[in-house]
Amino acid sequence: MAAFTEWLKRALLEVQEYSKLAMATARCAVSRPFYWHDFVEQLDAIGIGSMTVVILTGLFTGAVLALQSGFTLDQFGARPFVGRLVSASMIKELGPVLTALMLAGRVSSGIAAELGSMMVTEQVSALRALGTDPVRKLVVPRVLAGILMTPVLTVVANTVGLLGGWVVSVQNLNVASGLYWSSVVDGLFLEDVWMGLLKPFFLGFIIVTVGCHVGLRTRGGTQGVGRATTNAVVAASVGVIAMDFFSTQLLLELLF
Amino acid sequence: MAPVPEELRGPAKGRPGDEPVVVFDDVRLAFDDNVVLDGISFKLYPGFTKIFIGASGSGKSTVLKLILGLLAPDSGTITVHGQRIDGMTENELFAVRDHTGMVFQEGALFDSMTVGENVGFKLYEETDMPLADVRTRVEEVLGFVELGPYIDRKPSELSGGQRRRVAIARAMAFKPKLLLYDEPTTGLDPITALTVDAEIIKLRDLEGVTSVLVTHQLRDAFYIATHGAARAPEGHAIVSASPEKVEEADFVMLRDGKIVFEGSADELRTATDPYLRAFLS
Ligand SMILES: Nc1ncnc2c1ncn2[C@@H]1O[C@H](COP(=O)(O)OP(=O)(O)OP(=O)(O)O)[C@@H](O)[C@H]1O
Ligand SMILES: [Mg+2]
Repeated sequence: MAAFTEWLKRALLEVQEYSKLAMATARCAVSRPFYWHDFVEQLDAIGIGSMTVVILTGLFTGAVLALQSGFTLDQFGARPFVGRLVSASMIKELGPVLTALMLAGRVSSGIAAELGSMMVTEQVSALRALGTDPVRKLVVPRVLAGILMTPVLTVVANTVGLLGGWVVSVQNLNVASGLYWSSVVDGLFLEDVWMGLLKPFFLGFIIVTVGCHVGLRTRGGTQGVGRATTNAVVAASVGVIAMDFFSTQLLLELLF
Repeated sequence: MAPVPEELRGPAKGRPGDEPVVVFDDVRLAFDDNVVLDGISFKLYPGFTKIFIGASGSGKSTVLKLILGLLAPDSGTITVHGQRIDGMTENELFAVRDHTGMVFQEGALFDSMTVGENVGFKLYEETDMPLADVRTRVEEVLGFVELGPYIDRKPSELSGGQRRRVAIARAMAFKPKLLLYDEPTTGLDPITALTVDAEIIKLRDLEGVTSVLVTHQLRDAFYIATHGAARAPEGHAIVSASPEKVEEADFVMLRDGKIVFEGSADELRTATDPYLRAFLS
């Protein structure tokens, strides 16, 4: 029991600190100074740096979706509709979530490791000593870059996913190219497209803020940095799945 | 721990009319149940030096962090540059920190930036100084610590002593009135340590910087307390033994959260307290 209350206290403290950071970030994002140089650097690090991972993930996801649904659809003699299933599941759900999970592994851990080692080597204290707010300098550029780049990367994943589905449909399932693409368009409703485009903004926010929060709370030398990196991936991945649920619920209410 | 005997207490010095740069009044700080500072009081006057000594973990670095406002005391008051800083918000503290430079124990250089970007960091990021002027100032302070040719290297490509001197250059680049040095010579060979000591003396005597020094290296502490710098007619600086400096440097010994000795180098040398003697030998 005592251990449980201790755990609860620590969890609540963590949530409180996280909300504080999120609020400070919002305050700093709308006031000057803004560190443009760091923002551009992060756009590159998060956006361009994650491109390969996201392209590979999207491609194989689209391909396996086509393979699986082609097999299922055959049972109803509905194989030409394979494009519908690929586009519906890719754009509404799998594109955003899988992209976000890959980014949780790549971006959250990277940020936690970088900020964590800056914490344990007192570089963050040095920033404060030199009159620079670490939230402004380190957190805001990363969060804004993450919020902007996650949707872009999701669109990339969706696009190569549809291409992957197309390759499998044409090569393995012998569906005509034109039939596949018209079926892809049939499967898309405007609301779904909106849903798929808006969700990544929320997910990107979670991925980066969790990485920053865990990084800035790092204590205990190099060992602490290792722990922070692992914790960031776990927390960000769980956060992504949970945020996916809540943002879907919110967007369903708003869009439909 | 017995209170500090009267004869061991250094007089609160200062030139007539000078306001102290740093005042600690009954400062207490604990991390959970680890009481680190337990009623610390001292004053530091412009152009003077405080040298903190004491065992590892006695709270020396903590004192420096309190002066900068990186930590807040649990109770007591801290005044820096005439302003009460305990209870200030981070934004208010930034204004006070504009006049204070700190050399961190491990240097704390930004390892993603070059030496030049490190040294000019505050001027580049937090002032409107034109870039060309910043570059000139960076070259000037790197020349001061004799690292001019290293301006475009990364900190990871420097030796420990060179990194320490870059940290000093970064702390002095924006011309602060108060400089805090956390073990600036620990881990350096005696020759390099002396060059670092000389930088500290030059900054104090030629630029009028008030200094707080934390160190385990008593040799360096005594050197700084007993030497002065002057400008030779040809323009370069000369560091030489100057007995009158002794009166301007206070040694402060921390133990179990309290100040157990405060006085000049001469008073420290002749102290009879067994703990002090053990520390000095
Ligand atoms: N952030 C912190 N959280 C918890 N305890 C801390 C923290 N910083 C310092 N302490 C504790 O405060 C005490 C004083 O630390 P401080 O760094 O001031 O020692 P020091 O005198 O500088 O030692 P050293 O000579 O080894 O550098 C130590 O017992 C340390 O464990
Ligand atoms: Mg220390």
